[in-house]
Amino acid sequence: MVSRPAPARLDVDTLLADPGTGIIVCCGSGGVGKTTTAAALGVRAAEAGRRVVVLTIDPARRLAQSLGLTELDNVPRPVAGVGTASGGSLDAMMLDMKRTFDEVVEAHSTPDKAEQILANPFYQAVSSSFAGTQEYMAMEKLSQLRAQAEREGTWDLVIVDTPPSRSALDFLDAPKRLGSFLDGRFIRLLTAPARAGGRAYLKVFSVSATIAAATISKVLGGAFLSDVQTFVAALDTMFGGFRERADLTYALLKEPATAFVVVAAPERDALREAAYFVERLESEGMPLAGVVVNRMMALAAPALSGGRATAAAEQLEDASQGDGDPAASGELTSALLRLHADLASVAERHEGHVRRFVAGHPGVPMSTVPASATDIHDLEGLRTVGAALARG
Amino acid sequence: MSTPPLSRAFDGVRLHVVTGKGGVGKTTVAASLALALAAQGKRVLLVEVEGRQGISQTFDVPPLGTDEVRLVTHAGGGELWGLSVDAKAALMEYLQTFYKLGRAGGALEKMGVVDFATTIAPGVRDVLLTGKVYEAVGRTSGSRRGQGAKVWDAVVLDAPPTGRITRFLNVNAQVADLARIGPIHSQAESITRMLRHRESVVHVVTLLEEMPVQETVDAVAELSAAGFGVGTVIVNLVREPLVDEALLARAGSGPAQVAEQVRADLTSVGVRATRATVAGLLSQAHDHAERVALERDLTAEVTAQGLPTLSLPALTTGVEDGGISVLADELTAQGVR
Repeated sequence: MVSRPAPARLDVDTLLADPGTGIIVCCGSGGVGKTTTAAALGVRAAEAGRRVVVLTIDPARRLAQSLGLTELDNVPRPVAGVGTASGGSLDAMMLDMKRTFDEVVEAHSTPDKAEQILANPFYQAVSSSFAGTQEYMAMEKLSQLRAQAEREGTWDLVIVDTPPSRSALDFLDAPKRLGSFLDGRFIRLLTAPARAGGRAYLKVFSVSATIAAATISKVLGGAFLSDVQTFVAALDTMFGGFRERADLTYALLKEPATAFVVVAAPERDALREAAYFVERLESEGMPLAGVVVNRMMALAAPALSGGRATAAAEQLEDASQGDGDPAASGELTSALLRLHADLASVAERHEGHVRRFVAGHPGVPMSTVPASATDIHDLEGLRTVGAALARG
Repeated sequence: MSTPPLSRAFDGVRLHVVTGKGGVGKTTVAASLALALAAQGKRVLLVEVEGRQGISQTFDVPPLGTDEVRLVTHAGGGELWGLSVDAKAALMEYLQTFYKLGRAGGALEKMGVVDFATTIAPGVRDVLLTGKVYEAVGRTSGSRRGQGAKVWDAVVLDAPPTGRITRFLNVNAQVADLARIGPIHSQAESITRMLRHRESVVHVVTLLEEMPVQETVDAVAELSAAGFGVGTVIVNLVREPLVDEALLARAGSGPAQVAEQVRADLTSVGVRATRATVAGLLSQAHDHAERVALERDLTAEVTAQGLPTLSLPALTTGVEDGGISVLADELTAQGVR
């Protein structure tokens, strides 16, 4: 047999124990177990002595309950039942996107101005449904938690789950998009009258801008434009630029204290997304810790090949037809063998997908987590996942 | 297990909206459904709106642009076409059609207005995306709208995931506050009327796993409350029970005797029956039994929605190499028409 390059092992325990690791970002496409991975890393780090806060975006209900995430108040709460013998602790919170946005507004403006912004219909739409808001607010919350951790010494490790974006890359791009967007030329022009006051409007607006504004008014109705104008003007005076904040978050993600963990499942699409992400992180100079592949089919009887199991099942079935005594026949055994053969073919497919990924990305550390029979929704399950992560 | 008949979800329906939690195989299911309808002789348009190029990957064709592209032609006269709707292109097209902008269109683009309208104003984006679907559903062969025969017998929309689907379809409510008058507003009203019409249904794709089922239940309630017709729940990646449950129960009872019998059987056919292998086979059976029990509970939860359900098998080879056709045949066999 040709020996294949084995993937480098992602050493999770060393990563978690390193006091230099201050932020872990779990990212990957939807449905691959990002939240579970983030929570499992949190439990393991806490029980190894780190003081951890986990920011989750959209946890499954029972997992949320097991982490004590029943109140949606946008503040981290201690998770009961996590071992504190080694001096660690675990807090967890679930992101409330709209509330985070409201808090940003409230923190950076006078009360009546804040009230004016919060009541603006345009603000309400943007803060609750703009395609990048969730990503932006996740990053905003990350910076807040990080700042609080440094200021108050509450936590020494922040673990974030990322939003279930349409693709894994969205979350890196969305904050910038929103930032550069609100900083864009058209927005600048829209806000010009508010800034320069009445008459200057005519000078600042070029002919094409006038056409643009007129078209927007026609298509969306005039009120839309004036809502946008008030919204952007109000936002602009208090923020010092969305772009600046987005840039700061981006810089934070590039610090050596940050570690990205790319999460995937052993399927073609999920690994393709993981590959894009790994390449993107490299090109952005962002620190990749490694790739986690969840839900790998693990055989409990690995010594027996799928082919051999099928052959043996056939032999048993042939024999039982011969002697006509079903009770004594190997009916159960042949069923076990058939099940094994099926699991073996799934395992083979999973390994094939992982192998292709490794061949394309040699040297990227990897850890695989075996599929569990049922969903994970308690601390014990998270500990098992954590142990599997640490094994590699 | 009995579920309501499929006729409600398919008879007279021309727009099939397919949603589901991320990762459940929404695109694969939408493609299989579209292919099943085309294989029955219909002219079908498969539309994606999230710019993922899922259709081109699924059918192994070059990335779709702004034009409709023929994907499959059936001997029986059915055709399947694909379209990837892009909000920016839709807005430009829209402005050209209604305002004859000419060169001013380029100016709008340069000013960032197009970006502005399509990215930041969320409702507007969705109006533009669903607007293209609306246009396709209503398109007729005559020179004016409503004249001549309908161009598409069915349109299948690979829609946003369950978390966003109700808001996406509810474009009218979305833009009500933002664009109170004007063409976007009236367009939104026509689109909403079409989406609530009984010719349109939403199918929710799920897996027999906890979170997707939970999201399905939530989405069905939300969609119904918002006045949209839910067609079917499509359970994807269903694995046939490999082992008879009675046998599984037997594997769990009297472990010592069972292990001894398995050991003897294996030896009789020349398999090296080490302790580890025997224990491994039994533990696999135990896990499998747990999984089967969980799936049974989840199936009951899906059935309790009172909707017709369809199920698609997990293909051991994945969906590459003709898997979509296998799934399409499966849907036809279950009565999709």
